[in-house]
Amino acid sequence: MPLHHYRPPPNHGGITSTQQQQVTHQPPAMDVLSQSRRQLADYTNSLHRDGFLDDQFSQLQQLQDESSPDFVMEVVSLFFEDCQKLVTNMARALSELQAVDFKQVDSSVHQLKGSSSSVGAARIKNLCVAFKTCCDSQNRDGCMRCLQEVNRECVLLKNKLQTLFRLEQQIISAGGSIPM
Amino acid sequence: MGASAQLQQQLSHIHNQHLLKVYEKQIGPKRAFFSVQAYRHWLSKAFVAWVLGTCCIALWIYNYMDEDSKLRRKELLESMCDQRARMLQDQFIVSVNHVHALAILVSSFHYFKNPSAIDQATFAEYTARTAFERPLLSGVAYAERVPNSEREEFERKHGWTIKTMQREASPIRDEYAPVILSQETVSYIQSIDMMSGEEDRDNILRARSTGTAVITGPFRLLGSHHLGVVLTFPVYKSKLPPSSTEQQRIEATAGYLGGAFDVESLVENLLGQLAGNQAILVNVYDVTNSSDPLIMYGHEDQAGDMSLVLESKLDFRDPFRRHKMVCRYHDDAPWNSSAIVTTILFSMTGILVGYILYGAGNHIVRIEDERNEMEELKSRAEAADVAKSQFLATVSHEIRTPMNGVLGMLALLLDTDLSSTQRDYAQTAQACGKALITLINEVLDRAKIEAGKLDLETVPFDLRSVVDDVLSLFSEKSRNKGIELAVFVSDNVPELVVGDPGRFRQVITNLVGNSVKFTERGHIFLRVHLEEHAKAVTDSKANISSTLNEEESDESMLLSGSQQSTTLSGSEAADEWDSWDTFKYFVAEEGFTMNGSSNGGTSYEEATGNVITLRVCVEDTGIGIPLTAQDRVFMPFMQADSSTSRTYGGTGIGLSISKCLVELMGGQIKFVSRPHVGSTFTFTAVLGRCEKNAVNKTEKKRNAEDLPSSFKGLKVVIVDAKPVRAAVTRYHLKRLGIVVEVASSVKVAANTLAPGVDLLKCRKSSQPDIVLVEKDTWFSGEERCSPVWPVDREQNGHISTQKLPKMILIATNISKSEVERAKEAGFEDTVIMKPLRASMVAACLQQVLGTGRKKSQGKGSSSYLQSLLCGKKILVVDDNRVNRRVAAGALKKFGANVECADSGKAALELLQIPHGFDACFMDIQMPEMDGFEATRRIRQMEKQANEQLEAEGSIAEEGKDGWHLPVLAMTADVIHATYDECVKSGMDGYVSKPFEEQNLYQAVAKFFQDKPISGS
Repeated sequence: MPLHHYRPPPNHGGITSTQQQQVTHQPPAMDVLSQSRRQLADYTNSLHRDGFLDDQFSQLQQLQDESSPDFVMEVVSLFFEDCQKLVTNMARALSELQAVDFKQVDSSVHQLKGSSSSVGAARIKNLCVAFKTCCDSQNRDGCMRCLQEVNRECVLLKNKLQTLFRLEQQIISAGGSIPM
Repeated sequence: MGASAQLQQQLSHIHNQHLLKVYEKQIGPKRAFFSVQAYRHWLSKAFVAWVLGTCCIALWIYNYMDEDSKLRRKELLESMCDQRARMLQDQFIVSVNHVHALAILVSSFHYFKNPSAIDQATFAEYTARTAFERPLLSGVAYAERVPNSEREEFERKHGWTIKTMQREASPIRDEYAPVILSQETVSYIQSIDMMSGEEDRDNILRARSTGTAVITGPFRLLGSHHLGVVLTFPVYKSKLPPSSTEQQRIEATAGYLGGAFDVESLVENLLGQLAGNQAILVNVYDVTNSSDPLIMYGHEDQAGDMSLVLESKLDFRDPFRRHKMVCRYHDDAPWNSSAIVTTILFSMTGILVGYILYGAGNHIVRIEDERNEMEELKSRAEAADVAKSQFLATVSHEIRTPMNGVLGMLALLLDTDLSSTQRDYAQTAQACGKALITLINEVLDRAKIEAGKLDLETVPFDLRSVVDDVLSLFSEKSRNKGIELAVFVSDNVPELVVGDPGRFRQVITNLVGNSVKFTERGHIFLRVHLEEHAKAVTDSKANISSTLNEEESDESMLLSGSQQSTTLSGSEAADEWDSWDTFKYFVAEEGFTMNGSSNGGTSYEEATGNVITLRVCVEDTGIGIPLTAQDRVFMPFMQADSSTSRTYGGTGIGLSISKCLVELMGGQIKFVSRPHVGSTFTFTAVLGRCEKNAVNKTEKKRNAEDLPSSFKGLKVVIVDAKPVRAAVTRYHLKRLGIVVEVASSVKVAANTLAPGVDLLKCRKSSQPDIVLVEKDTWFSGEERCSPVWPVDREQNGHISTQKLPKMILIATNISKSEVERAKEAGFEDTVIMKPLRASMVAACLQQVLGTGRKKSQGKGSSSYLQSLLCGKKILVVDDNRVNRRVAAGALKKFGANVECADSGKAALELLQIPHGFDACFMDIQMPEMDGFEATRRIRQMEKQANEQLEAEGSIAEEGKDGWHLPVLAMTADVIHATYDECVKSGMDGYVSKPFEEQNLYQAVAKFFQDKPISGS
């Protein structure tokens, strides 16, 4: 994308916008629900803040609607399955005693990078960039190190997301809807 | 698609030309010339050789000239010497002849007469009196031959004894030769035996044996100490036959006549008579004995010019003796001044010329050295410049990336719960960061341009919406400042043009931004015309302006009702070209074309080829640019003066970037500015024209979708005293499909309305639906008009309230009280705030008319995407299943029917013709068969199918252009090279991965224009 420096804010019109703010006032009876909602929001924010997730994950969340209620979950689980597979592949390739097939590792890293950026797993994506550099320079030790980090990040992210989904489940089971 | 590729080529060609020019300037033409440089080491040697050569030639010249003079000198000496020798010889011979005559006299009168007729007295007398005949002889004497036998008798007879040279009585000898007769000058030799002297004796013996005159060698004469010779003649007793023998002659000898030649005084005397006596030295030698020349005259060792010695032979009639004369110059040959002068002049000239050449050569060498050095420095400077630009580009980029992170984090931070102080801090930080990133972007742009790395996109874009976007950026600011901001795009300008919307927008934004920054009152007016059109109008204006001027000024006075100039806001503008005088021709022309064709401006569209030149003017009534600063406006980091940046901020880099961008777009930027009046910046840009059919299709759809079409056929009356402003308003309304009439005042409008009211029952169509009144016009004429409206309203109010035209006020800024007053006068609540934009006007009108569609309240592009993609069958090809799932999810969200394929091969199988897919999103990097290859195969298949269809002739019936599946690349790293590759392999565009709504919308909009799900 070329740089559009002056991207105008949408609908910067002359008349006052009739659009309503997203802030909805909840009745006091749903205090528990609102509390867990806050919890969810805080948790999501912390994930974003710590760089685990980026905008893409929010986009994914927006894609989830009534027609595909488990969309995010589905994608994420697909992602982790892939992760597991790719990490295993790479670990095998890198542990070859003779010549390491860096080409194969590279393609795996590429796959992982694509997946992680699609999911919005920012940390893994960034790791992949470093990994790819190591791969290009055929740095076996570097690759091993990166692989370990990727593995760790995967596990970490998995845990985080599980917590996130649990929070969401709580809200849904409490009869609320997840705010997007 | 072929045409678009051609267009792209054409555009890039124009841009390349600019780059080429820059490169040419950098490299410069290589010149081939004779180089002194190659021979620099020979220069000094050549100079020395030249000097030596000059000296040689000078010497030769000297010699040549000197030779000549020497020759002449020699000739002179020769002739002088010869002359002297001849004279001496002649004189000598004359004297000899006289002595000979004396000898004959003696023989005749002394011996042949008996007794002798001559005695000493007679002889002395005679010789004394004839001495003038013998100037060379100091004296003559006669000696008689006396044998020893006759000595006594002889001595007795004469009464004296014979004496020797030493004045003594002569000893006994065989014979004697005592002098008996002598001239008085030599009387001292009387009675001296001549035979007693060695020299004389030889002489006597020789004379009597040869019978001729003989001379002695030179010796010191007795009387004087001069060198002299003695001449001796024999005197015979009898006449001898010529053939007489030696013996006979000895026998016949009676005596000897002798004379002494005083050679020294003789020659002295002789030479004294001749010219040039002083100049030459003469020596006379007796060279009888050639090995030992005896000097007769002159000094042996006398100095003189020994270099030139000439000899002349002297013949003194003595066969036994030989003499010669030697002449030489007394002085050395004088210096040949003319030769010397000539030589010196020549050599000086030569050396000077040589020195000049040497100096010139040296100078050339030095200059060339300096030139080389400077070229070296220049290239180094250029390299440094490029390096600097690259460095800047890199660094800017490197700064931007973390800055984006900082900004993103700040945005996230602002989303969290913050105390007001914290929020304030964070917001300040964000604002600063944004300012910084803007600056960095500008620097990056500048550096990119300088490094020649900035490429322009060539994508179709809607010029009007770009311009509206820019306007919306500044609407808030301009409204706060109370200045009018208006845009007008000529109808001749096509809806869609091909170019770089980002860069185009950047230039306009910069210009408008500057204008907003520097304008405190009045207006800012942005206009876009076709260059050809603008030119034509200017020309025609120039032609008829003289005739129209008076009429025009009257009219404008009438229209505005004041002395103000006829610009947008009434304030004076810098460039008079922009006032209504000219502008009305544009409007007039457009009015004409509008009648001619609904699509507008076809005549111009058809006239020019694939490329159009736009002229964009930004006119403001700001502080202007000081005259002194006008020539460095486009230089980077230059502002009018340092106080400018204090007062208004900014870096001053914007205009220089704009200039570069405009030049990259094949245009020029220039400006007219008058301090305290305003500035008008004008730039041209070469853009491509979208293909005709594509334009027509997309144009309509975009308009219908972007701007609500529900206003089509509405009739609006604009009440505005200022024609330019009215034209701007009309432009926006026309874009909404509204029929517009303009009235210069409320009264005029009311007049047009009145018959409308009358005709209401029979002809509804002539009734305007809305009356738009410019605030200024309204309030300036309020007193006059306010009675008209309420009456009007009351009269018709109860009959058909809905049918009455709605009255809307247009204002730049409006106060509460004014709103109240306007409401009282019957205006609607909504006031359309300037700057006008078509979409904004539409929203206002919707609000007023109450016809606003619920749908349009949602997110514009989202709903639009939904309408585009709803029900579409789309194939997503990606080997990564996460990606696949996400893409599918995103597309499904918009209602698309998505199928997936996990490889290029699988996609090809699904896409076997006939298939039902409307579009395909293709990942590029896939194992086995990548996206490019797959697309190429798809296109190949389509081509075959199309050929088959064509052969069957079924295309026309189906109303399709044959098979062409839009294929969009999905790629994570969107760089231009990839885009080119996409186009090359037959793809229609690309979307970044992961999907962004805006990006997806842009990409998809191009292909699904023809089958939208109609909103209403």
